[in-house]
Amino acid sequence: MSKHHVSTTINNEPVEFLCETQETLLDVLRNTLNLTGSKEGCASGDCGACSVICDGALMCSCLMLGVEAEGHVITTVEGIAREDELHPVQRQFLEHAALQCGFCTPGLIVATKALLDANPNPTEEEARYWLAGNLCRCTGYDKVLAAVMDAAAEMRGERQAA
Amino acid sequence: MNYIVSKPELKVVGTRPVRPDGVDKVTGRAQFGADMVLPGMLWAKVKRSPHAHARIVSIDAAKTLALPGVRAVVTAADFPDIASEEAFVGEGPMNFRDLSRNCIARDKALYEGHAVAAVAAISQSVADAALALLDVQYEVLPHVIDVEAAMAPDAPVLHDDLFTQGMDHKPSKPSNIAKRVVYKKGDIDKGFREADVVVEGRYTTQPVHQAYIEPHACVVSVAADGQAQIYSSSQGQFMVRAYCAKLLNWDLSNIRAVPLEIGGGFGGKTLVYLEPLALALAQKTGRPVKMVMTREEVFQATGPTSGTVIDVKIGARRDGTIVAAKEVLKYQAGAFAGSPIGPGCMCGFAMYDLPNVDVEGFDVVSNRPKVAAYRAPGAPMSSWAVESALDDLARKLDMDPITLREKNAVRDGSKTHYGPSFRDIGFVETLAAAKNHPHYSAPLGPNQGRGIGCGFWFNIGGESSAAVHVNEDGTAGVVSGSPDIGGSRASMAMMAAEVLGIDVGKVRPIVGDTSSIGFTHVTGGSRVTFATGMAVIQAGERVVHQLKERAAQIWEIPVEAVEWRDGAAYPAGSNAGGFEPQTLGQIAEKAARTGGPISSEVSLNAQGAGPGFGVHICDVEVDPETGRTTILRYTAVQDVGK
Repeated sequence: MSKHHVSTTINNEPVEFLCETQETLLDVLRNTLNLTGSKEGCASGDCGACSVICDGALMCSCLMLGVEAEGHVITTVEGIAREDELHPVQRQFLEHAALQCGFCTPGLIVATKALLDANPNPTEEEARYWLAGNLCRCTGYDKVLAAVMDAAAEMRGERQAA
Repeated sequence: MNYIVSKPELKVVGTRPVRPDGVDKVTGRAQFGADMVLPGMLWAKVKRSPHAHARIVSIDAAKTLALPGVRAVVTAADFPDIASEEAFVGEGPMNFRDLSRNCIARDKALYEGHAVAAVAAISQSVADAALALLDVQYEVLPHVIDVEAAMAPDAPVLHDDLFTQGMDHKPSKPSNIAKRVVYKKGDIDKGFREADVVVEGRYTTQPVHQAYIEPHACVVSVAADGQAQIYSSSQGQFMVRAYCAKLLNWDLSNIRAVPLEIGGGFGGKTLVYLEPLALALAQKTGRPVKMVMTREEVFQATGPTSGTVIDVKIGARRDGTIVAAKEVLKYQAGAFAGSPIGPGCMCGFAMYDLPNVDVEGFDVVSNRPKVAAYRAPGAPMSSWAVESALDDLARKLDMDPITLREKNAVRDGSKTHYGPSFRDIGFVETLAAAKNHPHYSAPLGPNQGRGIGCGFWFNIGGESSAAVHVNEDGTAGVVSGSPDIGGSRASMAMMAAEVLGIDVGKVRPIVGDTSSIGFTHVTGGSRVTFATGMAVIQAGERVVHQLKERAAQIWEIPVEAVEWRDGAAYPAGSNAGGFEPQTLGQIAEKAARTGGPISSEVSLNAQGAGPGFGVHICDVEVDPETGRTTILRYTAVQDVGK
């Protein structure tokens, strides 16, 4: 099987990789680029554990082919924190204990980042609808919602950092 | 959250530190089963039966092995045909022979998705292509998936050697009923004769999957000297080691099972599916082998909880006193014996003090995946049936449903229908708290209704090991054998910090592999905080004793004259001498000169777990035109002990 050569940008770094035609972006991230923070829970776009941001849009990387990354700008969970400083979304998830097993957490962090980039002042209902594509089996969503709303407030400067 | 009991004098336990595994989980660094990679690793995939019940006539791997990049194929022929033997390392009943045949079908495929072979290749795509080339010939057999149809005399029989246990007379022919369980108390016929009111109902449930978001995954390597490393996500690394050793006839000492982060289990990861296959393939190829299930495979071939059919009949006097209670339970076990029928038979009526009880349960095999433990295995279905019948009884008696339960609730000293008597339980307090909660008397609108339900679980203790190490700078490490499925590393660190008297931030907890900590039973049965916590506390207490001994040595006084508080040794009163306190850090610094490293490991079999009770209130609104239901309000009242 011959492979395709793809040039893209991932987490602010230029990246080149080779992939087979049928490989998803998630396969490439996890198995070729060793970016294993994005998880495969379903491979059918139902669970959101593989969420990435592509050109500002929230995507399931299991529904995108590796070759489709060509020329785009992609952010994964590994690119959310700034150097050694956690992003407010990550800090608030920790502060609210908005995680249990942690398997859905990367997807929720990425989805929340995408939400707050697009809408810095969401209502709780907007946040609930936005995160409806991210399944958590352990915690329920109350602590997640509290973390999202506090992260939004912190990023707007209305609340002290956690 | 409101707590009824007063808080004991604790400084760390009860606080809310950030969990020690948190940063890795919010940054994507945490390593789960499928995240593990080893150099030179092969990928393996499973060939699964497309039939619910079929004899495997032949497996021809010639074309598969001829495909470039394929390294090995394993079938049941590569595994020893082991003898029937009860296994005690998982949660719920399991037999090593059945587990072997569940991991890879021998002679017959017993459900759609049953593994019949596994292929290791240089990439996932080659492994996929190799599976398609594997030629498996089947003789399709009649199948049965309904629990009552499987019990019928003319049902297709899954196992020729399965004879029902627990019958009055030993059966003369095999059937799909693996076991009959009976619990009787008093005289059920007399009880129903005394009843003014009788309610009866039939309750059926479907097999529900645990649906952990992380599919099963492992990486296994075998060195040339026969030492294996198994990296996997499970509810028990010692369970993984035991099952792999038994299924492949290995010594336990040749296997090191390393627990990776677990992305949910809910009981479903208390047994193995992939690890024995990967171990056999790694041995055959001399290369590390990685296996990861797809979501489809998880739903097809891994254990849900039992689907059930439950009949309940309850008789009561006009004043609400229950005088007779009967329950017949039929639980799907899946393709191999071992549903949670035992707990099902015990839990339904466990909450009520009943004079006359008759419970009969059946463990039934059918052409479905083998069931696995799932959150209080067996109890929710039985409780749902009994609680629904009690609601019917309350309506018939025109009585408040909580009052009816209070009238019959178990109290200290009540003897259960399955044997033991309760002590120090909090069910009536839980009922009273629910009844007095503002939710219970809040007004309801049109098309809205309120339901209550109660639940019971034994809780268990069991075998656990933990070690506490004092570091040279006065910080500490905690190693336990319990995979952390819900935050137990935080709990263990907090308990160690509490005993040592130091800040929880100075205690770093990890989950040890099977070679670095003593045997520990699976994470399940609500046992870890209790049993592994007990091991941590005892190890911490032994460390504190050593710290006191070191202080006594420094001060040249007897150890009895030293006391430990707030992370430091103090002379116990003025008679002991006027010494300045020695902090844990100061003693740790001098450890080499006072006897060497300070650490302790404790292994124990924790006894005395107290049962838990719950009373929940739920408001639901139904749209009469569409039938859509919406949960409006939910209040949970839990008896969590002292």
